[in-house]
Amino acid sequence: MRVGVVTFPGTLDDRDAARAVRAAGGEAISLWHGDADLKSVDAVILPGGFSYGDYLRAGAISRFAPVMDLIIEKAKEGMPVLGICNGFQVLCESHLLPGALTRNSDLHFLCRDQKISIENISTPWTNTFTKGQEIVIPLKNGEGSFQCNDETLTQLENNGEIIARYVGQNPNGSRNLIAGITNTKGNVVGLMPHPEHAISALTGPTADGLGFFTSILSAMVK
Amino acid sequence: MLKPEILDPQGNAVAAALPRLGFTFAKSVRQGKRFEIEIDGQPTPAQLAEVEKAAEVLLSNPVIENYVVRVEN
Repeated sequence: MRVGVVTFPGTLDDRDAARAVRAAGGEAISLWHGDADLKSVDAVILPGGFSYGDYLRAGAISRFAPVMDLIIEKAKEGMPVLGICNGFQVLCESHLLPGALTRNSDLHFLCRDQKISIENISTPWTNTFTKGQEIVIPLKNGEGSFQCNDETLTQLENNGEIIARYVGQNPNGSRNLIAGITNTKGNVVGLMPHPEHAISALTGPTADGLGFFTSILSAMVK
Repeated sequence: MLKPEILDPQGNAVAAALPRLGFTFAKSVRQGKRFEIEIDGQPTPAQLAEVEKAAEVLLSNPVIENYVVRVEN
């Protein structure tokens, strides 16, 4: 089971994402933004950070990296893709996911342990959770406010495409407390908080995040 | 510019700062972005079309933003 982890210039969380894949029992394959080669991976993770310095808009330039052309093509064919934080922003800019991530409503960079509830457990990235399960993983970003028009929001709600919501007070002004969404096919998932930083009690607030990585492995074995 | 329906926390922060400095004229503030692109001579229709395309594909995010292309001398 080969899970690609993409590194753009400015990516921060690629090592933790690769470590999480290994902790779940998978093989983490490093993918470089400039390579037009997916190295036969079965799934791809776009990790967090500030790819291309967030110049222009978060994710706007990364979307045009050579490796993204292949990822966009494969994602449309059904390959599982998980974008975490900056990766989520890249997926929105690539139009693989609807909506966009904008500045937190209070304009502050937030870094804290955040409770979220898992709402959709039928994606390859969430299948080891139970519906409504509440988990705690780190949230750390400045542009985490999920925004979209009313029509898109209705569609996300009606199709069960919201995979995770913030529990309690809205941390960043995201519409309908959205912390993560999936596409209509269910193979592409974007998540604002960071499961890869919460895979063991030694290095994270919980081990709750590991579920996203065991999910992809179990999805691939099926 | 962010579309009218998209929350603009930066614009709101500016709107809150204005009256603190005694500027009481603003009903609301929206903050946007401007790119100045220089070309040689007057743009041809084909060049303008290219700029429009770049505005849509890269310079703006049409999901949340509107844009206007304007020629200035």
